[in-house]
Amino acid sequence: MEPESILQASAFDLGKALHKGETTSREICSAFLDRVEAVDGRVGAFLSIEPERVLAAADASDARRAAGEELSPLDGLPVGIKDVIAIEGEPLTCASRILEQFKSPYTGMVGNKLLAAGLIPFGRLNMDEFAMGSSTENSAFKKTGNPWNTDHAPGGSSGGSAAAVAARECPWSLGSDTGGSIRQPAAFCGVVGLKPTYGRVSRFGLVAFASSLDQIGPMGRSVEDVAALLDVISGHDPMDSTSWAGELEPASVQLHMPHEPGTLGLPKEYFGEGIDAEVREHLEKVIKAYEGLGYTIKEISLPHTELAVPTYYIIATAEASSNLSRYDGVRYTHRSDKAADAVDLYYQSRGEGFGAEVKRRVILGSYVLSSGYYDAYYKRAQQVRTLIRDDFLKAFKEVDAILTPTTPTPAFRIGEKIDDPISMYLADIFTISVNLAGLPGLSMPCGLSSKGLPIGFQLIGQPFAEGALLQTGLAYETDHPFTAEPEL
Amino acid sequence: MQERPEVDIEKLAMLARIQLTEEEKAAYGSQLADILGFFQKLQEVDVTGIQPMAHPFEAEAPLRDDVAGTPWAPERSLSNAPASREDQVVVPKVVEDA
Amino acid sequence: MPEYEAVIGLEVHVQLKTASKMFTDAPTGFGQPPNSLTNAVVMGLPGTLPVLNKGAIEQAIKFGLIFGSEIPDVFQWDRKNYFYPDSPKNYQLTQMDAPVCVGGEVEIELAGPSRNQAGEHKVIHLDHAHLEEDVGKLTHFTKDSLVDYNRAGTPLLEIVTKPDLHSAEEAVALLQSIRMHLMSAGVSDCDMEKGQMRCDANVSVRPIGQEALNPRAEMKNLNSITGVKNAISYEIKRQTRVYDKGGTVAQETRRWDADAGHTSSMRSKEEAHDYRYFPDPDLLPVHFPRDRIEELRTELPEGVFDLQRRYEKDFGLPYTLTSVICYDHELARYFEEAMAEYGKNPKAVANYVANELQRERSQAEGDGYLPMESVRLKPEALARMVRLIDEGKLTKQLAKDVLVEMFLSGKEAQAIMDEKGIKVEEQDAGELEQWCRDAVAGNAVAAQQVRDGNDKAINSFIGPVMKASRGKANPQAVREVLLKIIQEG
Repeated sequence: MEPESILQASAFDLGKALHKGETTSREICSAFLDRVEAVDGRVGAFLSIEPERVLAAADASDARRAAGEELSPLDGLPVGIKDVIAIEGEPLTCASRILEQFKSPYTGMVGNKLLAAGLIPFGRLNMDEFAMGSSTENSAFKKTGNPWNTDHAPGGSSGGSAAAVAARECPWSLGSDTGGSIRQPAAFCGVVGLKPTYGRVSRFGLVAFASSLDQIGPMGRSVEDVAALLDVISGHDPMDSTSWAGELEPASVQLHMPHEPGTLGLPKEYFGEGIDAEVREHLEKVIKAYEGLGYTIKEISLPHTELAVPTYYIIATAEASSNLSRYDGVRYTHRSDKAADAVDLYYQSRGEGFGAEVKRRVILGSYVLSSGYYDAYYKRAQQVRTLIRDDFLKAFKEVDAILTPTTPTPAFRIGEKIDDPISMYLADIFTISVNLAGLPGLSMPCGLSSKGLPIGFQLIGQPFAEGALLQTGLAYETDHPFTAEPEL
Repeated sequence: MQERPEVDIEKLAMLARIQLTEEEKAAYGSQLADILGFFQKLQEVDVTGIQPMAHPFEAEAPLRDDVAGTPWAPERSLSNAPASREDQVVVPKVVEDA
Repeated sequence: MPEYEAVIGLEVHVQLKTASKMFTDAPTGFGQPPNSLTNAVVMGLPGTLPVLNKGAIEQAIKFGLIFGSEIPDVFQWDRKNYFYPDSPKNYQLTQMDAPVCVGGEVEIELAGPSRNQAGEHKVIHLDHAHLEEDVGKLTHFTKDSLVDYNRAGTPLLEIVTKPDLHSAEEAVALLQSIRMHLMSAGVSDCDMEKGQMRCDANVSVRPIGQEALNPRAEMKNLNSITGVKNAISYEIKRQTRVYDKGGTVAQETRRWDADAGHTSSMRSKEEAHDYRYFPDPDLLPVHFPRDRIEELRTELPEGVFDLQRRYEKDFGLPYTLTSVICYDHELARYFEEAMAEYGKNPKAVANYVANELQRERSQAEGDGYLPMESVRLKPEALARMVRLIDEGKLTKQLAKDVLVEMFLSGKEAQAIMDEKGIKVEEQDAGELEQWCRDAVAGNAVAAQQVRDGNDKAINSFIGPVMKASRGKANPQAVREVLLKIIQEG
């Protein structure tokens, strides 16, 4: 295949082309490596990539195919990896100085599943440090530009994963989502992103930010691709005690099953003040489109929505403050050379190794857990979390899925919010509740703003109903394909 | 924004074992106070009788049979160690009872 | 000046006997090369997660069943956050709110008036016992320290007593009772030298009659029985002296310096501790199945003191024997196995186990006892030897050498007797009768006592007769001939 058509093809189509012998893994990987070479200087999606490693894996896949081995339909396809997912021998920096030199001595469950499916890890993608942020500006190493306008942020924390797909630097990628970190950058960059139900994808090998909220999820250019990648990484893992042990329906199978258009709920709390006029306009078009497809639209209420952001930040920072204690200058991280003794080693190594947002959140988390405040903050937040979850469960008695904007505005400018943590935290206002309730959330592109920046909408599904959720997404995508391309 | 709770930034930096510059202390102290003020919203909610939700779904931690697996070679466990000697991690002198 | 009493509570850490660690399958072990019992989870690498060890939970439940704790329906795991280089994650997984054992009672025995006499028994109440993970080990050098994470993640049970103890001796008795019971049930080896059992003691002193507790000193890491005893004794004296002089005792952590023989304040950075406990989001709470708990209950051995009372009652064994056999689960099992082979003479079997066997084990090992698994003398063989004696085929005198040979070679008594031509000979009736007549003539007083109905007095003749026969006479036959002669006389 021509490099240009490789870059334009969906992962699904590339897989078919490989199967038919129309191309090779080496041809595909080379095309994307050249693309990275050509555009990543402007986009800055990749923290690192080792072309020899990628090509060696591509050649191994081609050899498997040539030997006539039984192969997964995705064998030989490259996948961009957010630099927070452990694969043996690859860096795992989490975009932090403290792990700058770290090479993972092990592969986590998602990494193992990728490798078992013959997929090729394709570089380490930029992110907010330890996934804390909504703009990828908190990376210790580089800024990532939004491919649609590199003065604008790609969103975050999986900004590199979204930007790389939007810029055609890889056919698809993996991100992680704790409060919107897949969906918000997907919306900002005009790609499809899915945060799976909590427990569907193993967290073993995902560097923890907030353990009770984190999930790895797929990002791609089509619903079909996202479904296929979800199926690769889903499944019970005995190494993750929060992993779901129940039966899971493969999403890509369910995607093409016949189904009746259902009922979509519009939570009135998500359509109030604070939404950009163009976002609102595009959402109205999406609603009309669904009505045109036969879906029933129903207004619902999620009354505890306004509590979601504070609840989220209390829980997430508390868990993070403890999760990040292990980065201490002792066993495997950056070690300060200024330390006078072992205690000082902690202060200096962490002081030098962590960026501003990480320090802020770890300190905040230490506060909400500290003696005398636990009940008022952490425990209370977990109680409010129950109320937020119950809002959703109640809503799902009336509707099949919930439709909301993914973000209140299109991508903001780099530097616009970096000194105002609360305003940055509010960028996640529509995505956060989904993590608190543990539900699956899908962000789909639905057009461009007048400034040429993508706008996305979010579909929230019932627990483990990713198949149905993706079907709903596919119905829209089929009807209103998002075909615009960023110019790079 | 509502009332701003007291923030003892020195104590928090000590709990978190993070060295902060004076500028950082001033900036974070003020930002944290803002954020905590923003959190006050939660204090108004009636949570009487509401169970705290530590996990999204009703599930149990699985139990593993007590069977030993193959441990790692020390070199693998220490492959990223900033300093090691005799297969052990070297740390600066530990001043007791920190 | 008022009389004072000490009030003591212990926190006892016991390493549970498991093949693998608390939250991962890395093996447990002692004395292995540094960092050879580690993996990604033990090292706390980014992205790793804990998975609970069922075996460790069951060991902890057994502890609760032994000491009558309540086993709650739900166990939960919490994170205790503090920084230390031996702690790979800088938080320890522990049970703050929902421990595996609640309450319970430990029967203890205080030292008796002499080694041969039973001491007073008391009951010490437990507050709870919870599961947690052990930390690694630091070795300090002049300029730096080395960390070995082999011990990190080993399942640890922290046993917390009520402030029920009133002396160093009671504290020691509590540790000994816990140790005997846990070794007997295979829950822990409780070897203090290997750090498998460690103890913190909270000690306060108050005037007798005062209800309220005075401020307490917490002494950490008392790692030997002597250490526990001396540290507590010292601390009681110290606090008493402070009060006598009109001073006040500070609530603080104190370090026991075994070499100097005193405790000293560790106040330095106490205020820094704020462990920020919260439920571990990586581990869901566990409902342990009730029927499995009941199954575990049936697998438990009899309690040490219950066993002792039973041996004393059913077999008439004296304290000198039961305190050796019952307090050592290996000897108790040995005794049981011997009894299963030959149960007609418990006293003789117990005697051989508690005395001869122990003497031989001690002689075989320069320091301590030859480990039971290396002992070649099988309990069944010992039992068969006792039967040979009871049947008159072997005398006690001859058995002494036979037993030594059995211990060394592992052979049967009969085989040794055959090899060496040892045989209790059919006595020339005339010769035996002559020895007996000589013996009776030599002790008219005892002879009269026998005639007066004192059966035991006959024993004073048996010795001289056996001596005259050089141990070869059949004691049963000797007894019969003696009786006949005495009654005639």
